Amino acid sequence: MNKNYASILIFTVMLTLLLSGCGAGNSASDSSNESESASGNVTLTYGLWDQVQQPAMEKIIAKFEEQHPDIHVEIKLTPWNEYWTKLETAATGGNLPDVFWINGASLPKYASNNQLLNLDDYAKDTSLDFGNYPQGLVDIYTYDGKHYGVPKDMDAIGLWYNKSLFDQAGIPYPDETWDWNKAVEAAQKLTDPANGIWGLPAQFQGQTGYYNTILEAGGGFYTDDGKKSLYDSPESIRGLQLQTDLIHKYKVSPTLAQMTDTSPKDLFRSGKVAMLIDGSWNVKDFATNEYTKNNVDVALLPKDKLRTSVIHGLANVGAANTKHPKEVIEFLDFLGSKESADIQGEDGTALPAFHGGQELWLKSVPQFHLQNLLDMANAAKALPRGPQNAKLDGLEEEYLKSAYTGESTPEEAAKAYAKAVNEAIASNP
Amino acid sequence: MNAKQPSSINAKRSKLKRREYGWGYAMVFPLLFGMSALFIWPVLRTIYLSFTEWSDFGNYHWTGLSNYIRLLRDTAVYHSLLHTLQYVIIYVPAIVILSTLAGVLLSSKVRGISVYRTIFFLPSVLMPAAIAMSWKWILNGDYGLLNAGLKLLSIHGVSWLTDSRTVLIAVVGVAVWGAVGLQAVIIISGIKGISPMLYEAASIEGAGRVSQFFRITLPLITPTLFFVSVTSLIGAMQVFDLIYMMVGTVAIDHVNTVVYLFYQQAFIKNDKGYASSIAVLLFIMILIVTALQFKLQKRWVHYD
Repeated sequence: MNKNYASILIFTVMLTLLLSGCGAGNSASDSSNESESASGNVTLTYGLWDQVQQPAMEKIIAKFEEQHPDIHVEIKLTPWNEYWTKLETAATGGNLPDVFWINGASLPKYASNNQLLNLDDYAKDTSLDFGNYPQGLVDIYTYDGKHYGVPKDMDAIGLWYNKSLFDQAGIPYPDETWDWNKAVEAAQKLTDPANGIWGLPAQFQGQTGYYNTILEAGGGFYTDDGKKSLYDSPESIRGLQLQTDLIHKYKVSPTLAQMTDTSPKDLFRSGKVAMLIDGSWNVKDFATNEYTKNNVDVALLPKDKLRTSVIHGLANVGAANTKHPKEVIEFLDFLGSKESADIQGEDGTALPAFHGGQELWLKSVPQFHLQNLLDMANAAKALPRGPQNAKLDGLEEEYLKSAYTGESTPEEAAKAYAKAVNEAIASNP
Repeated sequence: MNAKQPSSINAKRSKLKRREYGWGYAMVFPLLFGMSALFIWPVLRTIYLSFTEWSDFGNYHWTGLSNYIRLLRDTAVYHSLLHTLQYVIIYVPAIVILSTLAGVLLSSKVRGISVYRTIFFLPSVLMPAAIAMSWKWILNGDYGLLNAGLKLLSIHGVSWLTDSRTVLIAVVGVAVWGAVGLQAVIIISGIKGISPMLYEAASIEGAGRVSQFFRITLPLITPTLFFVSVTSLIGAMQVFDLIYMMVGTVAIDHVNTVVYLFYQQAFIKNDKGYASSIAVLLFIMILIVTALQFKLQKRWVHYD
């Protein structure tokens, strides 16, 4: 009899342990809610993914709490790799953080499914002025004409170059007179196969590659109504070709296979690449890397028909189903202010989106001409954004790859891609 | 009196039995619970989801067989099956032969044998990601250690992981390198189970080491070899991590296996319904192949 009870006891204990394991999260959050309502204060959760930026975010929160003693903000840090999976799960279960970071690629999905707070509904309660940020960025976080996100920082694209290699070849540094012909000419002189030095790699990436040249050639990505791809336009094809010619025609870029083996950025960091189109997010890295900190600088992109580039940047958004919309708006308002831009700029890890909020960031690495990146940002256009359509995911790389490997011409690849996009949109309006 | 006794014994026995059962269930409960929550339930879910189509935020609806019809028409599926087959055909024999060889060598009585065993076993305690990252560096076309070595022999090495001709063999090579140590340990345990008397008798009869290996060792470790071949076949059919970590944009078209295709559909293209049908296909294939192996084992596995 005793043994029998013992076995039941063990069974029950195990069951309880298992269940309590599941329930622990709930009970903790319940009690925090209670304490909150008891004192009359409001706690907001703030979801973000970048640990490097957490100290700056904490400073901003401290400032905000000083001005709003009745609101408490709690950071929920989730590493990038799990951020989107977790966010989607949270949204599915109706548990989004009150305020969180979002990127341009994810905005349409969350906005079109009514997960985000429409900021225009609260326009009269805030001092938010979208004129304070680059238009390209504001556009990324606008969906169906409504504002959803407060731009936080930006990723500007510039032409990074290796001063020592230019000096050795006796070529003047890139400046505002450069167009693509001049860039190719310099790249040809700088390429030195014997020493493994490449003039200007064509990175197989939109943001640091063909998006920029497509826009510079006067091309685009989608028609204004979002119903058709513009990749088959002559301008867009030219933009793609400006990139792939660097590999196949001028041989100033490693092949795609070589670039997969060793990334152009790693080559640049070790002095094997003379020019590299890349983003402002490298500033801190290039400023601390032993080789690049004294040997490189950044210039404007060479121009084609226009001088422009794509711009991207994060935004802060609020959850549509938050229990405290008023407080969320107050916090977003503060996150979008000059004051918090200055805190970010001083920290140096992110280029603040706020106009004029970049002063401190510009001074953070005196040996780089960071003003050039800022000028590119001000002339930039938004990253391409198609209609919200799950069937478009992954198509771009699949189709454009062949232009980089040389299996097809840029024209063939661009046209095949445009056709695939048009078909996907037509089949799933 | 007499008639009563047996029934009370029976009752006692069955009470005892019930008690034993209770203990038994209590002991296996954690395992059963874990199995059903983490294994059986997801399998059933996956089968269900393979009949659905997904949109954002976990919304899905029933689409019947359409995922399976698409599966039959999708050339990418056939390519991935072919790559998986190629992978299996190279990987499984290589593992079985090399780990047997290593197992035999590592079970001989040599000074410092435990050092050799440790060296062989080391890759098994490394994370696959760490293995992939270090081999990626070794196999790098321009700056890799392997090609630097080949250069000393005046051989111009290729870009192993980006050349369509070498990428599969390079990945299999790394996978074998990483797995052979663990399989060798299993085979050593099989060899240790063979009675030394057999070898003594054989050497008295004048059998050399080679014929001892083929006449005694090999037949007697067939159950172990069977285990090794079944587990490595299943492992090979599910290969993903090394491919994901080591192979980039260009060469992936030549090694995208079934699980890679599943990953691509589920997480890059966010088509979780179609991805589930790929998972079901793989599940059925593994089931068939393993059943086949069990059937065929009667021909070559000796259990006595």
